[in-house]
Amino acid sequence: MTINHLYPDSRGHFGPYGGRYVGETLMPAILELEQAYNNYFQDKTFNNELTTLLKDYVGRPTPLYFAKRLTRHLKGASIYFKREDLAHTGAHKINNTLGQALLAKYMGKTKLIAETGAGQHGVATATTAALFGMECKIFMGVEDIQRQAPNVKRMKLLGASVFPVDSGSGTLKDAMNKAMRYWVGKVADTFYVIGSVAGPHPYPAMVRDFQKIIGVETKKQILEAAGRLPDLLIACVGGGSNAMGLFYPFINDSCGLTGVEAAGLGIKTGKHAVTLGEGSPGVLHGSKSYVLQDENGQIKEAHSISAGLDYPGVGPEHALLKDLKRANYVSVTDSQALEAFQILCSLEGIIPALESSHAVFYAMDQAKKRSKDEIIIVNLSGRGDKDLETVFSVLGMNKGDKNE
Amino acid sequence: MNRIKKAFEQVKKKGDKAVIGFVTAGDPDFDTSLELIKQMCSSGLDILELGIPFSDPTADGPVIQRASARAIANGINVAAVLKIAGKIRKTTKIPIILFSYYNPIHAYGAKNFYTDSLKAGVDGVLIVDLPPEESYEMTSKWTGDDLCLIRLIAPTTPLSRMKKISTGASGFLYLVSKTGVTGSCHLDTFNIENQVNDLRHFTNLPICVGFGISTARDVKAISKFADGIVIGTAFIKLIESNLENKELPLILGKKVKEYKNAAKMGCV
Repeated sequence: MTINHLYPDSRGHFGPYGGRYVGETLMPAILELEQAYNNYFQDKTFNNELTTLLKDYVGRPTPLYFAKRLTRHLKGASIYFKREDLAHTGAHKINNTLGQALLAKYMGKTKLIAETGAGQHGVATATTAALFGMECKIFMGVEDIQRQAPNVKRMKLLGASVFPVDSGSGTLKDAMNKAMRYWVGKVADTFYVIGSVAGPHPYPAMVRDFQKIIGVETKKQILEAAGRLPDLLIACVGGGSNAMGLFYPFINDSCGLTGVEAAGLGIKTGKHAVTLGEGSPGVLHGSKSYVLQDENGQIKEAHSISAGLDYPGVGPEHALLKDLKRANYVSVTDSQALEAFQILCSLEGIIPALESSHAVFYAMDQAKKRSKDEIIIVNLSGRGDKDLETVFSVLGMNKGDKNE
Repeated sequence: MNRIKKAFEQVKKKGDKAVIGFVTAGDPDFDTSLELIKQMCSSGLDILELGIPFSDPTADGPVIQRASARAIANGINVAAVLKIAGKIRKTTKIPIILFSYYNPIHAYGAKNFYTDSLKAGVDGVLIVDLPPEESYEMTSKWTGDDLCLIRLIAPTTPLSRMKKISTGASGFLYLVSKTGVTGSCHLDTFNIENQVNDLRHFTNLPICVGFGISTARDVKAISKFADGIVIGTAFIKLIESNLENKELPLILGKKVKEYKNAAKMGCV
């Protein structure tokens, strides 16, 4: 299968999705950002500065690692991990925040704001703000502040102010609402660093372009390691930035692309974040895409054990890839993700983020079903140190400590 | 002549300015909402702006967020809002404008929304997150042009864009008085007046100012140069602090009269 994927169009539409659904107060800022992005994305000085930072500061390229023991254990297809967990700050988010903060610098903006779920995007934004000497405010749901406490501490150490958001379920959607409300009031000097391939145009395209380095490196690395392209690429999807970053450079190739959504407690319980699988087209946070909503167009609350996937929306380009059947989207439950988390710890000595563990579970399932000469690449989008409290409490391991 | 045009001509004839009152439809519940809206209309309101509640109102401050949540908790959806509008239409001749985020309308269906709004006696709709760049997908499904799509102008809107927005506007233009969400304070009357004057170069439509107007003093100040003044959060605050009070409709009616007097004083 080959397709010629040229999205978005000049108005920021990915087929029927995407666009700019924001209030008039923000429209001029969005148009200004689009222009700056178009200019600097072609600009040599900007790109050289970004490339140098990605190499020397982030530590790129991140390795592509052949998971020998896991592969042997599953007795099927070879599994490789793209090690975004080894990037500075412990997740892929830094690729995007460096790009956007640098853009902010070139645009003369000195204040950054961001929403965060798992806190990885918040940490990455706070990090780049410190690096560029910018002021930084992070909006985070109260539920997420509790379950991702280590990241809250990191943000504070890095000099960011963390604003707790207690509306709704106190998770990523609510943090994004709050960040947008704040931005409306401070739009003149404040740059909103959106963490996913979501939001109004140009964010979905811009974030994808800052994240596509994941796929570009992966392609080069697998050709060196195996002499051919993989059969299947797998990544978890909340908003979908790590998946889009991995998929995009392979989009016109024939590899399979699978995004893994969070099925939470199970689709039937209604407590999940399976936006592409169970949602329908709607408008949330500035763009049209699939959303979890009721028949009246009210947005539903999502659920996932992983704060980064706990979101009832998804990037518009994923919606298009789903409709075009260029990518397929599956889901993995909380307990399946925990199972993969543990296996990866014990077999490979890697503690993955709970978000990435969803992708790992699906990869393990596929590897078993596929022949030994097939290649699967999983984006290990982040490290799991931030999730230890959640994992320990769910597995009852805190109790065990007391008995020792 | 449509009701919006008529309403502005009537206030102009009286040497007065239009007071536009916003409440979230169905807040705190269907019946109370109906009663208080009727009272507001019979107390001299010039235009009624009815909010369709949405789960994620990113342009609204905490007061309207809570109103939205109360209405949704009472099962208010687009159909229920249109039902309220229809009942109000039987008791008043003033224009009814719906205020919404796009998703509830998208879910209801653009074509049905157009037809059913007109059937209910609604005169216009203002969709806060549907800029001119995206509105065609909705209006292209409308089967006529009897429903006004009210356009917004913000303090951040440059002149070139003002012109573009004005060209496609109908009914009246809604000037957002400040950057920020609804209900925020500190009006900069000087800047607002400048912007109204700029905007007059591009349009003959009435210009109404809203967001953050709460006191009679604000109303008086704005009515010196604008054609209409939109008040929302201040009404909702009264609803919120009188949820159990049977006099609630009368309290709101009294407030409308207070604003009407202030608007008249501004025109003297």
